[in-house]
Amino acid sequence: MNKKMVSLLTVSAMAISMMPLSVFAEEDLITVGYAQVGAESDWRTANTESFKSTFTEENGYKLIFDDAQQKQENQIKAIRSFIQQEVDYIVVAPVVETGWETVLQEAADAGIPVILSDRMMDLADDSLYTCWVGGNFTLEGETCGDWLAAYLEEQGRGEEEINIVTIQGTIGASAQIGRTEGFAKKLAEHENWKMLDMQSGEFTQAKGQEVMESFLKSYDDIDVVICENDNEAFGAIDAIKAAGKTCGPDGDIIVVSFDAVKAAFDSMIAGDLNATFECNPLHGPRVAEIIQKLEAGEEVEKIQYVDEAFFDTTMDLEAIQAERAY
Amino acid sequence: MENIKKLTSKRLFMPLFCLAVMLIAAVIASPDFFKIGIQNGVLYGRIIDVINRGSEVVILAVGMTLVVSASAGTDISVGAVMAVVAAVACAFTAGGQQSVNEYIRNPLLGALLAILVGILCGCFNGFLVAKLKIQPMVATLILFTAGRGIAQLLTNGQITYVRVDSYKMLGSSIPGVPVPTSIFVTVLMVVLTMLLLKKTAMGMYIEAVGINSKAARLVGLKSTMIIFLVYAFSGFCASIAGLINSSRIYSADANNIGLNLELDAILAVALGGNSLAGGKFSLLGSVIGAYTIQTLTTTLYAGSVSSDQIPVYKAIVVVIIVSLQSPELGKLMRRLKAKFSAGAGKGAVS
Repeated sequence: MNKKMVSLLTVSAMAISMMPLSVFAEEDLITVGYAQVGAESDWRTANTESFKSTFTEENGYKLIFDDAQQKQENQIKAIRSFIQQEVDYIVVAPVVETGWETVLQEAADAGIPVILSDRMMDLADDSLYTCWVGGNFTLEGETCGDWLAAYLEEQGRGEEEINIVTIQGTIGASAQIGRTEGFAKKLAEHENWKMLDMQSGEFTQAKGQEVMESFLKSYDDIDVVICENDNEAFGAIDAIKAAGKTCGPDGDIIVVSFDAVKAAFDSMIAGDLNATFECNPLHGPRVAEIIQKLEAGEEVEKIQYVDEAFFDTTMDLEAIQAERAY
Repeated sequence: MENIKKLTSKRLFMPLFCLAVMLIAAVIASPDFFKIGIQNGVLYGRIIDVINRGSEVVILAVGMTLVVSASAGTDISVGAVMAVVAAVACAFTAGGQQSVNEYIRNPLLGALLAILVGILCGCFNGFLVAKLKIQPMVATLILFTAGRGIAQLLTNGQITYVRVDSYKMLGSSIPGVPVPTSIFVTVLMVVLTMLLLKKTAMGMYIEAVGINSKAARLVGLKSTMIIFLVYAFSGFCASIAGLINSSRIYSADANNIGLNLELDAILAVALGGNSLAGGKFSLLGSVIGAYTIQTLTTTLYAGSVSSDQIPVYKAIVVVIIVSLQSPELGKLMRRLKAKFSAGAGKGAVS
């Protein structure tokens, strides 16, 4: 299909849909343009929803939302149109890290503050953006280590030799790097913990299963499996069961994972997964807080982490699951 | 000596030789590679993993071989078609819900519908390539790009789970049967395809079209029809592979099912000693090639190679295998050998 045509249509559709906003925008509302990556996962949908529910007219905001469908050029176009519409703040969840200098300079020239959400940008001049809001993957890894230490202590296995394997995420992804690093810090603190092996499951269930199948054949006495996302854990659990072993709170092998998606709660309720460490998508309230501070003329911190929790089988998971938006 | 020469000149010698070398490397990396046991009533062992996990690539490679042979092009949409098929199967059986613990609609009907959609995708590719004469890479690029989008639409952008034991059987095993189901399906696909090619003259037709489609047309073969059919067949293979993959994870993950498998399938065809320029082909070669790739993957896991280095090892092995099979390298080796023996002969005289 003709790409130019499609983008032309998108732009014109965007222009038309935004026209009423700029015409009727009330003076006292704060206009915020959000250039979102896309809608590729539950996490992303929850992230979008968080912005839409925070930046409402009742709260004194006008949100102009743009879905870039995973394309940087769409995001750049969206940012340019935000500048043209003279929004008060621009929020971007960048698709990729590089290539933002020009458009951010345009925003800076127009005097519009830019807030980054979720992913970082790789810029020569950090003053081009006001601040970054997102999850702290390294902290998630550390929290996981702390949880494991406490759990083993509780089981009376605090001094035992513990054999651990890790199913890593896609190598080079910031979630993979942060989570691996964070857990490695805690690993170093415990002499009786032994990391037997680390392999990438590429964040998918199928690969997680394949890697775990191999681990189970290489090592007889795995005590803990760390999966760097929930989907890998689902695969690992299937592999463990197929090998005639058990997992979960009552099983031979402790399985923990990251992200805390809906299906992870099902898995914990079923008694397969021990714990999951959240990667919080609800950035909206934190961004609103930052905007309020900026409105009041206050300084804001450059790097801001959202609060992240963890969930394990000791909690009332059904109640938590019912409450969660994602 | 004569016998060895005969053996090495056989078409399948090189692919088999490479597979054998890979298997030896695998045994060195993990000595219990060939150990087979029974776990939960199912065969269990690394070699079983290789055969089981290799199923999707083998099935894709079967379709890909015919595509390559007849059209001298590749079908790069198969991975995305797998995702579409999985999405159709899951979205249909789950009745549009995100996660179900029992079938909402008939699973067999869902599987049939999914296969039909897969074949339709293949027909679409076939139409573009055979009728409109669009280059295969470009024609199949359309579904390569759009396929995952279609799958996302079908599943509302969410991973759709069908948590029913019978849905898992295709990707795992049927109770009471010790052999993983996907192995049966793979053997069936390969054997049926070979019978089809040998018993009817289809195999010869495909080769004829691939060698020279104009000449084939002049002797009365419907080149267009044959090219159309191989793409439709490739779509069929992709749908079987997609169902197996979906059954393994009892869900449709539009972003990840079959991701990059089209490349593995193409590689399998190449490792099988088939020329990507079309024409004569060996189906068994591609099958051997596919298992070689899977052996490599499993061996790298078993050998505890760190994950960021795995692509490097894979690349090295592929370069070696492909160059071993290159006729140019063979010529070069023969020339060097001739020179050497000529030189040695002279030395003996003086």
